[in-house]
Amino acid sequence: MKYQSQKISLAYFAFAMVLFVVQVLMGVVIGYVYLNPNFLAEVLPFNILRMLHTNSLIVWLLTGFFGIAYYIIPEEAEREIENPTLAYVQLAILVLGTAGVVVTYIFDLFHGNPFLGKQGREFIEQPVWVQLGIVVAALIFLYNVTMTVLKGRKTAVANVLLLGLWGIAIFFLFAFYNPANLALDKMFWWWIVHLWVEGVWELVMAAVLAFLMLKLAGVDREMVEKWIYGLAALSLFTGILGTGHHYYWIGTPAYWQWIGSIFSSLEVVPFFAMVLFVFTMVWKGQREHPNKAALLWTLGCAVLAFFGAGIWGFLHTLAPVNYYTHGTQVTMSHGHLAFYGAYVCLNLAFITYAMPKLLGREPYNQVLNMVSFWVMTGAMAFITFALTFAGAVQTHLQRVRGENFMDVQDELTLFYLFREGAGVVVLLAVFLYLYSVFVPREKEIIAPAATPAE
Amino acid sequence: MQTKSTARNIFFGGTIFFFVVFVLLVAHSYSYIVNVSTPPLTDSVVRGKKVWEENACIDCHTLLGEGAYYAPELGNVWKRYLANNDNDPKAAREAIITWIKSMPTGVEGRRQMPHFDLTDQQLNDLVDFFEWTSKINTQNWPPNLAG
Ligand code: HEM
Ligand code: HEM
Ligand SMILES: [Fe+2]
Repeated sequence: MKYQSQKISLAYFAFAMVLFVVQVLMGVVIGYVYLNPNFLAEVLPFNILRMLHTNSLIVWLLTGFFGIAYYIIPEEAEREIENPTLAYVQLAILVLGTAGVVVTYIFDLFHGNPFLGKQGREFIEQPVWVQLGIVVAALIFLYNVTMTVLKGRKTAVANVLLLGLWGIAIFFLFAFYNPANLALDKMFWWWIVHLWVEGVWELVMAAVLAFLMLKLAGVDREMVEKWIYGLAALSLFTGILGTGHHYYWIGTPAYWQWIGSIFSSLEVVPFFAMVLFVFTMVWKGQREHPNKAALLWTLGCAVLAFFGAGIWGFLHTLAPVNYYTHGTQVTMSHGHLAFYGAYVCLNLAFITYAMPKLLGREPYNQVLNMVSFWVMTGAMAFITFALTFAGAVQTHLQRVRGENFMDVQDELTLFYLFREGAGVVVLLAVFLYLYSVFVPREKEIIAPAATPAE
Repeated sequence: MQTKSTARNIFFGGTIFFFVVFVLLVAHSYSYIVNVSTPPLTDSVVRGKKVWEENACIDCHTLLGEGAYYAPELGNVWKRYLANNDNDPKAAREAIITWIKSMPTGVEGRRQMPHFDLTDQQLNDLVDFFEWTSKINTQNWPPNLAG
């Protein structure tokens, strides 16, 4: 850590990790409700628990991105963050908003109130006052990092990162646009959801992977910069029109079946390019960085994003396939591996890299950290497989044979049982990860090989 | 650094190009939705959508295939109830309202839908919203009544 203000990210990471635990815990709870539907049904119904699961996911991933940016930007711009106090004010707003959301959901406060009550569009159910708070926090953040970059060194990594973060804030504004016409509502809702995860978030991913490669593999900047605009271009050239894969059956014109199928199939390319990128960099790299766990998470991130977003996305993205699988457990399986591989792993990779530096220690607990990677990833893959099979059965029985939804669900119990078992393992792996990152040790269990002189 | 600035320019130029194309197509889709694929909105449909949102129904059900996967698709619930009630709209409306009011069943081992405190007006608005939604031209999705 070269700059004092990089310490800001420590607080962001801590908050993100608290929400990570809440998120996975809620996942395990709703997975259990699938098996025992009367559990909590009268106190906290499924929809409320699910909102806690998905919203805490989104908020912690974003909080992680903020923390990452506060770490990367000073090093790239070669100066301190413009105003560290504001960065903490921003975090305080996020914490307050999150607390507000949780309390509002759990006690259903201000039901129906257009400003204070929860709203009802998936993922953006937060009350309006919280969403306004998020906008304020985003403005503070963008001011802070943009000024830092403008007054400092301008690198390709910082540019692409900033662009991604600006895009996140801009598309979030569509949360405030809720047309009364449901088809219009849906069309623009995807401007947040799809243009985030398959658009601007990919820019963040490319930039963060690039930064990690600079540090972990020790490739020279020129090589990384050659790649980074290419990765960004591939992401947006395919991802923008790829939005069409959500415009097949919601009242939008039929031509989206062609546009969506073609461009969203091409969305596999940027994810594959990111795999090529990280492996090429490691291969060409000059350095044996001692933080092997961070490298494992980084490579894992690219590979798992390729599988979760790329392969599992392609699986159901062609219109004739999607006609049958749309809104089944197939969607669920993809949603889990894509979010996990791309954005959960990205955050965990960066935290693994940054934590020893923020705390002024050597990389430590590498072995435990690496174990947590394999266990968490194995269990998430298991969830993905279980849901993929559940989705195939559901598609056949319900969409092809026309059997009643609830009857079909009864046939899927075994898959949901598998999901729950693996879910508990994910939760344990999360605790293992947190232990390995936060709790100091005197010595490595197995010391990493000595670093050869450069 | 010739290649880097070329790459950057291609990135910015291409992104602007694809975004403009996207916005134009969405603008066309906007007018297609308003004029062709959806029936005209009425006050009760607009209110019904609010009821749908205030109660976060989307976090159990799918609507046109989007939402949560815990409970049945409701984009075509109106058609399902019509089919089960000899195509009698009055009976279908009554049946949906009775169903909502009788929740939760409390049946052991069966997924529960919560009890919502809805007025008769709100219940009727909801049904109007379902009926309106079922008339959206969805390119024949879902494949069958099961949703
Ligand atoms: C990291 C990137 C990605 C993430 C995080 C992600 C996540 C998700 C999530 C959560 C959904 C469900 C949305 C809902 O609630 O309705 C979804 C739907 C979908 N995704 Fe992705 N996705 C990613 C990339 C991709 C890619 C690259 C493709 C195509 C190659 C793809 C294809 C689809 C399709 C076709 C659907 C609609 C499924 C349906 O019809 O029910 N996704 N994605
Ligand atoms: C880091 C790990 C996880 C991530 C990134 C994640 C992500 C998500 C996302 C994006 C959704 C919404 C999907 C959609 O709308 O299409 C979701 C829903 C859900 N998740 Fe997770 N999740 C994780 C872990 C878990 C675990 C461990 C479990 C349980 C064992 C779980 C159980 C569920 C359930 C039951 C739903 C709701 C399904 C429904 O709507 O019927 N999740 N999760
Ligand atoms: Fe998408």
